Amino acid sequence: MGTGIARELSRYDLRVVLVEKRADVAFGTTKANTALVHAGYDAEPGTWKARLNVRGNALYPKVCSELGVAYKNTGSLVVALSEEQAVHLHELKARGETNGVPGLEVIPRERVLAIEPGINPNVVAALWAPTGGVTSPWELAIAYAENAAANGVELLLSSPVIGMDVRGGRVASVQSPGVVIDTRFVVNAAGIWADDIERMVGRDDFEITPRRGEYYLFDKRVGHLVSRPLFPVPSESTKGIVVAPTVDGNLIAGPNALIVGDKGDLATTAVGLAEVIDGARRLVPGLPVRESITNFAGLRAVAVPVGDFVIGASPGVPNFVNAAGIQSPGLTAAPAIAEAVRDILADAGLELTEKPEFNPVRGRPTRFAELSRDEQSALVEKNPLWGHIICRCETVTEAEIVEALHRPVPCTTLDGVKFRTRAGAGRCQGGFCGPRVVDIIHRELGIPMEQVTKKGGRSFVLSGPSKEPLLEQAACRCVNPSEQGECRIETRGREEVGGHAHRRV
Amino acid sequence: MRTVECDVAVVGAGPAGLAAAARAKQCGAGRVILMDRDRELGGILNQCIHNGFGLQLLSQELTGPEYAEHFICEAHDAGVETMLDTMVLEVTRGRHIVAVNRNEGLMQIDAKAVVLAMGARERNRGGVIIPGMRPAGVFTAGAAQRFVNMEGYMPGKRIVVLGSGDIGLIMARRLTWEGAKVEAVLEILPFPSGLTRNIVQCLNDQGIPLYLSHTVVDIHGEERVRGVTVARVDGDLRPIPGTEWDIECDTLLLSVGLIPENELTRDVGGELDPVTGGPVVTDEMETSTPGIFACGNVVHIHDLVDNVTREAWTAGEGAARLVSGQQPGGATIRTRAGDGVRYVVPQILHLDSLASRDVRLFMRATRPAERVQVEAVVGGEVVFSKFERVVRPAEMVVLTIPRGKVDPGKVSPNMAIPTTVSPDHAEGGPQPELVVRITPRDGDTAAEGGRKA
Amino acid sequence: MSRETSELTCIVCPVGCRLRATVEDGQLVEVQGNSCKRGAAYALDELCAPKRTVTSTVRVDGGFLPLVPVRTSEPVPKDKISQVLLDIARIKVKAPVRIHQVVAADVAGTGIDIIASRSMGRANAPRAE
Repeated sequence: MGTGIARELSRYDLRVVLVEKRADVAFGTTKANTALVHAGYDAEPGTWKARLNVRGNALYPKVCSELGVAYKNTGSLVVALSEEQAVHLHELKARGETNGVPGLEVIPRERVLAIEPGINPNVVAALWAPTGGVTSPWELAIAYAENAAANGVELLLSSPVIGMDVRGGRVASVQSPGVVIDTRFVVNAAGIWADDIERMVGRDDFEITPRRGEYYLFDKRVGHLVSRPLFPVPSESTKGIVVAPTVDGNLIAGPNALIVGDKGDLATTAVGLAEVIDGARRLVPGLPVRESITNFAGLRAVAVPVGDFVIGASPGVPNFVNAAGIQSPGLTAAPAIAEAVRDILADAGLELTEKPEFNPVRGRPTRFAELSRDEQSALVEKNPLWGHIICRCETVTEAEIVEALHRPVPCTTLDGVKFRTRAGAGRCQGGFCGPRVVDIIHRELGIPMEQVTKKGGRSFVLSGPSKEPLLEQAACRCVNPSEQGECRIETRGREEVGGHAHRRV
Repeated sequence: MRTVECDVAVVGAGPAGLAAAARAKQCGAGRVILMDRDRELGGILNQCIHNGFGLQLLSQELTGPEYAEHFICEAHDAGVETMLDTMVLEVTRGRHIVAVNRNEGLMQIDAKAVVLAMGARERNRGGVIIPGMRPAGVFTAGAAQRFVNMEGYMPGKRIVVLGSGDIGLIMARRLTWEGAKVEAVLEILPFPSGLTRNIVQCLNDQGIPLYLSHTVVDIHGEERVRGVTVARVDGDLRPIPGTEWDIECDTLLLSVGLIPENELTRDVGGELDPVTGGPVVTDEMETSTPGIFACGNVVHIHDLVDNVTREAWTAGEGAARLVSGQQPGGATIRTRAGDGVRYVVPQILHLDSLASRDVRLFMRATRPAERVQVEAVVGGEVVFSKFERVVRPAEMVVLTIPRGKVDPGKVSPNMAIPTTVSPDHAEGGPQPELVVRITPRDGDTAAEGGRKA
Repeated sequence: MSRETSELTCIVCPVGCRLRATVEDGQLVEVQGNSCKRGAAYALDELCAPKRTVTSTVRVDGGFLPLVPVRTSEPVPKDKISQVLLDIARIKVKAPVRIHQVVAADVAGTGIDIIASRSMGRANAPRAE
């Protein structure tokens, strides 16, 4: 979201700063959703969701082509497993047509089974939406951010916004630890934290309720089980549990939906995962759980009481623009949200003078795994690091990892490398390449091994060099521990204090 | 892309590949190329710095690196050519291998025989579905082992180990010996998965508690592991509500099984055994694709490296025989796991081999048992049996059938015998089988020899 | 005259006989449950003078890898293990290292050496000759 808006604004002669609290872009909900480009029949006509879904969908081919991001226009199906459900299909079709979705068609059972042989044989009919598709959400965010950076946007990562200065009813500056940014406009694209950000300018127009969705990701070996996203007939609140291919060839199932109280509650649960498999099996009975390679959860940013996207200048603070509550179809709408926010900023007084030197193109990073043998050969001759495979599951070379660590958007974490190169995203989930990638990050960026993180903050992969714990314990000279307050000794067993364990001598 | 020709190409230079390559050369194969994706030979043995290797074959309790060095020297002495830092990208049915490394770039290796020895990978969190947060600090035991023993870094300070497989047990001790605190080892089954000696030396010695019939049901911590919730499980291995308790820790090690690494085998389209996860092989260790052999963990997960070496010697001999045009042909018989046996390798035996040499069968028991007979049965008749004082699933059972024990005449006559090894079965009449079973034996202690039912 | 009976699992071979052994004044008085003589010997050792082979790693200067695996040349008394590990933690060797080279003699006063479990060459050679 934020990256898309920043890139849109980088077309113009403006000074733009993108402030992100986590260590990398895409580390919020962007990395944990179904990765679908929706056709647009779900949303209530007249809402932001409806308008921007359809507009965004139409923009996807161009945006992904410009930015070198994978996108597959697979079409999608809403599957009716009973006559009752089949009635809903026509309602969805009508709603979609009102929203401007092209090509919708209710197709009979035989046609569904012909194009999706793995589908539940009890299928009665399905709504075929030719404009549906799949993409890679984190690739898109990273590509947006890289293109924005290439066009002059400044990126501040690991920079949580802790306050804002409002003077005369307008935002004057944004504060993050160690930095104050004087600004004429602020765009709030803070995901599940958007209400906390809004409160910093003294407004309380909406609240973000996190609604968690859990997922199963399956091995590429079963990626062929479906060819396009399969939806159940939707309920009041959720599109339901989907089975879809990913753009990389895996299979994904999910999400369920549960409101959680804590914005950090990204845990998967036994009950939730069982729900996902249950729902997924209703669509694809042959889904093999044993081919699961990982599970994860993401938080939808649901704006209450609004129910729709919250897009617009904040009433009362005209230079503070919200792009909040971006739950589904947020990913699809992203390119259109960027345009909408740009227009809102223009209305609010931001001059938009196009930069002649703006370059919309960001080349797709070369992936060894996607090349022909001849192309692969040629690359290794130029640079031997292309001949050193680090991630065996996804066939990722050292050259790609090194390159990812030196691109315009800083990448310093294991997950950052994973999202840029696929190293660690395969069936062994980093078991083989993990140690090697940590080493490469350490070498290329000069970060000590024990400070390399999985995803920023304190997510250190390692605790420290071996031998040190033993040497620390030996060096401890506590004589009168309780007095000193430094260490405590338990006479029985060992007690761990201050990072090392004691044994009474 | 340049092309290299050789007699035998071996993929993977761990204990299986090393032994297969050396033996192939010793048996007369001309050019033998041994490839590995790591920076040196030895495979997983390089990081297995604990001792216990080679008790049977070398009458010593060597560390992994020592065992490796022994066989590395043998391979070098035999004249095996090696390629390091080399990743095999594909293998075809026609035995063309595409591989890549920094120096040569992409290359094609055309071999008369290929031996697959890629070993296994570890089952990870996704494979056992542990709900909870996804912080840093969750490792498979082998990945942690690599960090500690090869890079010199600790995964954490307070460790919980899920799984009492050998790798988990070894790492529990290793981390304790490096100053970490291992809080507990949890095992979902009602009996330990690893070797008894490891339970004693890794857990009991260190005072590390082992909780059988327990598993991890939740992982806490947003950035780094803060703790885990564990629970007792019932007879169906499902967590029992109300039995949960928390263990504070900063690291969770997963030792929940090894999976034969068969991507390349799948590419070739060979028949896989659904129980072992590896290719179906003959007594020559040949897969269902002619000319492609396999040995070691890639065929079935071993616990004693000595057995890996033995199996690899068989593969190396088989490959050399193929190169010299002396492969056994003729009728085959399939093995089958009977009562008390989980699987048997090899799955296909040449009647010629059974007649002319001792044939070694590897198997695993389905559950621990004491005082049993391990029996090989053909056509309802016990052709060979062996007494075992104790069998455990964790400890592979070897049954060596002396040559001549299986009378070809007794094997069902009305079968259309395939002369090549293929998954297609004979027509007409029941497929002849050699069933291996483990049955309790009460009474006297007299042991070996065949006996008629 | 102290007589002590203990139960232990023999680990000499995979059978893992459950032993019941009685020891008095450093002599094995009785042992039950063993299937072979080695079991009896193990019981005596384990109850009177338990020993373990200690394996670990030491840092290498200028070597192909940062660590070289080591082992005690013989099993050391169990109660010396902590000290042995500490002594090992303080060792640093220079490449090249030959397999079974002594990297520290008489560790923790046991009279037993720490030896390398593999050979290691300098920067570009995995194994030196």
